[in-house]
Amino acid sequence: MRTREEAQTKLGISWLKADGLASSVIEFRDVCKSFGSGPPVLDHLSLHVAEGETLILVGPSGCGKTTALKLVNRLLDHESGTVLAFGRDVRGEDPIALRRKLGYVIQEAGLFPHWSVRANVEAVPRLLGWKPSAIRARSEELLELVGLPAGEFGERRPRELSGGQRQRVGVARALAADPPALLMDEPFGALDPIARRSMQREFLDWKRREGLAVLLVTHDLREAFRLGDRVAILDRGRVRQVGTPREILESPADDFVREFTEDEIPAVVP
Amino acid sequence: MSDFGDFFWVRRAEIFALTGEHVLIVLASTLLAVVIGVPLGVALTRRPRLARPVLGFANVVQTIPSLALFGFLIPLPLVGGIGARTAIAALVVYALLPILRNTYTGILSVDPAVVESATGLGMTPRQRLRQVELPLALPVVLAGVRIATVISIGLATIAAAIGAGGLGVLIYRGVAIVDHRLILAGAVPAALLALAADAGLGLVERRLAR
Repeated sequence: MRTREEAQTKLGISWLKADGLASSVIEFRDVCKSFGSGPPVLDHLSLHVAEGETLILVGPSGCGKTTALKLVNRLLDHESGTVLAFGRDVRGEDPIALRRKLGYVIQEAGLFPHWSVRANVEAVPRLLGWKPSAIRARSEELLELVGLPAGEFGERRPRELSGGQRQRVGVARALAADPPALLMDEPFGALDPIARRSMQREFLDWKRREGLAVLLVTHDLREAFRLGDRVAILDRGRVRQVGTPREILESPADDFVREFTEDEIPAVVP
Repeated sequence: MSDFGDFFWVRRAEIFALTGEHVLIVLASTLLAVVIGVPLGVALTRRPRLARPVLGFANVVQTIPSLALFGFLIPLPLVGGIGARTAIAALVVYALLPILRNTYTGILSVDPAVVESATGLGMTPRQRLRQVELPLALPVVLAGVRIATVISIGLATIAAAIGAGGLGVLIYRGVAIVDHRLILAGAVPAALLALAADAGLGLVERRLAR
């Protein structure tokens, strides 16, 4: 596995050394966003993801969590406030280059159905123009990491895999170019409960090994508490509470949070 | 039937020559329609506001009776005149709609999750088009090309009326002298061509869809 410093040098990122302290990998500063003339989807949102941290955005549908995620890799643009990635305003960045530095995983994985599993995993390194031998080595390594050895699965098409296996390939593809941060939108949402549970367990393991910062969106509070170092509860574009799962459970900030978390308390407290 | 067989055998050289002309006219017009229709179809997916009027216009053009369109084209400079060039221009017009429409719907029917992940991974719009959207739309685009080819093979027989050559020559001659064998000598090879093109392109289409 490549070290983080090497990966950052290759990607031209020097944000860690420049500051001397672990600055935020991703940061929202007072961000507002609305679609057309409707009510704001994001209403003065401020959040940050520290290095190596997993921050989960959770909330009912329509709370703006997916919108927030898409502002980071500029699939959407915001109206006011600032979104920072690696310490730089994303609006000053070339979206294409920015996206190649941010791994992106979506529900159902969005794999390219006409490419083999291996080709899917190799997509970003190839876009970045890595040497063929390096691309090959990296895809072998990642398919091994997600439990789909290239010898057995590399040449298969996505439709020949189960939902859980496809999601694994999606994660491997997002990790391929060693991005310092990962954006995940309901990554395990389409899986059955058993596959979901084992993916969550493995995700924690991959994340620890790759030392990633992760911003993950889910509507499933149980998943949020399982995976998140910190959890942000969103409602109608506003952060109701942000904290560790324990903080949120022990001292909910308001009635909304209390009600939202109530059902899950027996399930997450051991 | 053996009467027709003898008739055909005696004229085999002429029939083969005219079939060759026919194939050339259809190939040239279909290729041109692909070269124009596919990029135009892609462009329409990028400018959805133009899609409706452009597709509507192409639809209307499709309804012009072919003999009339051949006639309209004759006096025009560049594409006009008597001969194969005018016929090819007219056939391009007819072949354009299925290719244009299928390219448009083919690109739009690519799974949005796949398109979003292509963008999210950092593909440029051009890379996304060439590596993801076009390959995934290809079976649908090809279905359009197949329809266009079959239509063109039939319409090309009419083009003999403006001196374009092809199998229509036999049909027109047969009609003029009321000889059903001559008509069949043009019609049967044309029908076989259409069937062969349909089957061949259908096969390629199914290959690609897999």
